[in-house]
Amino acid sequence: MKRTELLERLKLSGLKRALWVYHLNTGGCNGCDIEILAALTPRYDVERFGIKLVGSPRHADVLLVTGTVTRPMYERVKRIYAQTPDPKVVIAIGGCASTSGVFYESYNVLGPVDNVIPVDVYVPGCPPRPEAIIDGVVKAVAKLERLMEGKEG
Amino acid sequence: MREKVKPEEMAEANERAPACSTCFEVPIGPIHPALKEGIRFTFWIEGERIRKVDIRPGFMHRGIEFMGTKRNLIQVLYLAERICGICSISHPLAIVQAVEQAAGIEVPPRAQYIRVIIGELERIHSHLLWAGVAAHELGFDTLLHYVWKVREPVLDLLEDLTGNRINYAIPIYGGVRRDVPPEKYPVLKNALRYYRSLVDDFVNFFLRDPSIEARTRGVGVLTREEADSLCAVGPTARASGLRKDVRQDWPYFAYPDLGVRAITPEDMGLEVQGDVYDRIVVRLLEVVQSIEIIERCLEEMPDGEIIAFPKVAALLAHLKKAEGEGIGRHEAPRGEVIHYIRLQADEEAPVVWKVKAPTYSNLMPWYPMFRDQEIADIPIVAASIDPCICCMERVQIVRGGREETLWKEQLLELSWAKTRRIVRGLGPSHVTRRASRGGADERR
Repeated sequence: MKRTELLERLKLSGLKRALWVYHLNTGGCNGCDIEILAALTPRYDVERFGIKLVGSPRHADVLLVTGTVTRPMYERVKRIYAQTPDPKVVIAIGGCASTSGVFYESYNVLGPVDNVIPVDVYVPGCPPRPEAIIDGVVKAVAKLERLMEGKEG
Repeated sequence: MREKVKPEEMAEANERAPACSTCFEVPIGPIHPALKEGIRFTFWIEGERIRKVDIRPGFMHRGIEFMGTKRNLIQVLYLAERICGICSISHPLAIVQAVEQAAGIEVPPRAQYIRVIIGELERIHSHLLWAGVAAHELGFDTLLHYVWKVREPVLDLLEDLTGNRINYAIPIYGGVRRDVPPEKYPVLKNALRYYRSLVDDFVNFFLRDPSIEARTRGVGVLTREEADSLCAVGPTARASGLRKDVRQDWPYFAYPDLGVRAITPEDMGLEVQGDVYDRIVVRLLEVVQSIEIIERCLEEMPDGEIIAFPKVAALLAHLKKAEGEGIGRHEAPRGEVIHYIRLQADEEAPVVWKVKAPTYSNLMPWYPMFRDQEIADIPIVAASIDPCICCMERVQIVRGGREETLWKEQLLELSWAKTRRIVRGLGPSHVTRRASRGGADERR
């Protein structure tokens, strides 16, 4: 996606502030996590659009969740979701977060992220390319905008 | 001077109450800004100094070995790839060796070379990734962005050769799934030339920078004896002066022809101190070593077949008939990874599958590394072993020299007893706790 196009879409969405994201690994394999980091570093550089990774869910507008949910993480995922202020959007990054992927029939895997918290945007792939992650975040912007206008609950 | 720590003393020390009456207990994790993966540290702090540390892993445990015993071996291969997304070829390379040994499959020589090439490319990408993370932990974000920028060409190259940036799906039992055709050689050589030209920059940025030296010299020291007795592996062990490398000690694939030597800081003319700085030195030297290995592979690679069983159905039929056990070892970017597999005739799934990831061996060295360090050094010391928690999360409980069994099912019980024997030969008692319990009842 070209920079101008993305800026145009961000502008159209009427979002007045920079989007801060919090990255939560619920039991993934690191593949999606390093692609999220790659999206932040110079080749893809999402920080020029104001998309910034923050260290606390309390500062975040968007939760980037990677990985299938493991049993010990179940309570933590719910708690992190509760700690994120409204309005918020959850993006499931990767096949495991979206559908649980190759991890099934296990005693310690509780399934995809939407078994635990509501998910707004799914980014499939194993792992998804940084471009796909950026596209997912842009889709989340539109959703966040509607939430802020009170059109969606 | 720090006193030397013995494993059994450490296990005892961790059973005891706080190390001193003036200590504060500081829990960090499992969700924290430093590492992206869930692991909980508990530090006992006196003033600015860490007196004691406890580690609670288990948050990333997915039960992969258990899942593997319910699937056919081709599915297990792809599952092994997803043990870790950073070493996404190390686990497949180890499991193919184990299965080939168990089923008696001969691998064509060209396939062996291709496996080495992809494995070494992964080492370059992984070490660069680590260098960026280490720079970030030191607060040197410019360097993080620089390193991650120069890491992209190797990912492009891997994508060109294999079709994906991460999770390459290249090895299969009896060979590799894709050739590296001669028309790709110039692309590879170009990329290697590019990385060669960067080596001087890296040495300048990482090793001659006074702030990095001040933050890493004498920090997180692991002496040679400690590394030896705690069974550290990979760059963590080599930075402490142990010449320990699977590619040197137990050569496999094409490595016997390539004559790889384990690298320690002495190769750069430095005295071994076993601190974080030495770990940077070793990883940078290994990037250069990987470039050399790939160049030699390109020169010496023979022509010929790349796969013993071109048809997957024939391969599955052969594997179904196979009976026996096998061990596969591979020097992953973080150290030695071991897969043990046991096959039974007329069974599609392996009867036993055990994985030992490098971080598993490198957890115990954290204890002496953290001792008497400052709080501010926690991130860099934690990152200096290049922890890969999702690799490491295998169920295994040994505490205070006494084993606690954590599994209910009798079958797995037996399989552990077997595999534990292998693990025990490799590492000391690991202070891990029950992984499958403890979600809802524990507070973060």
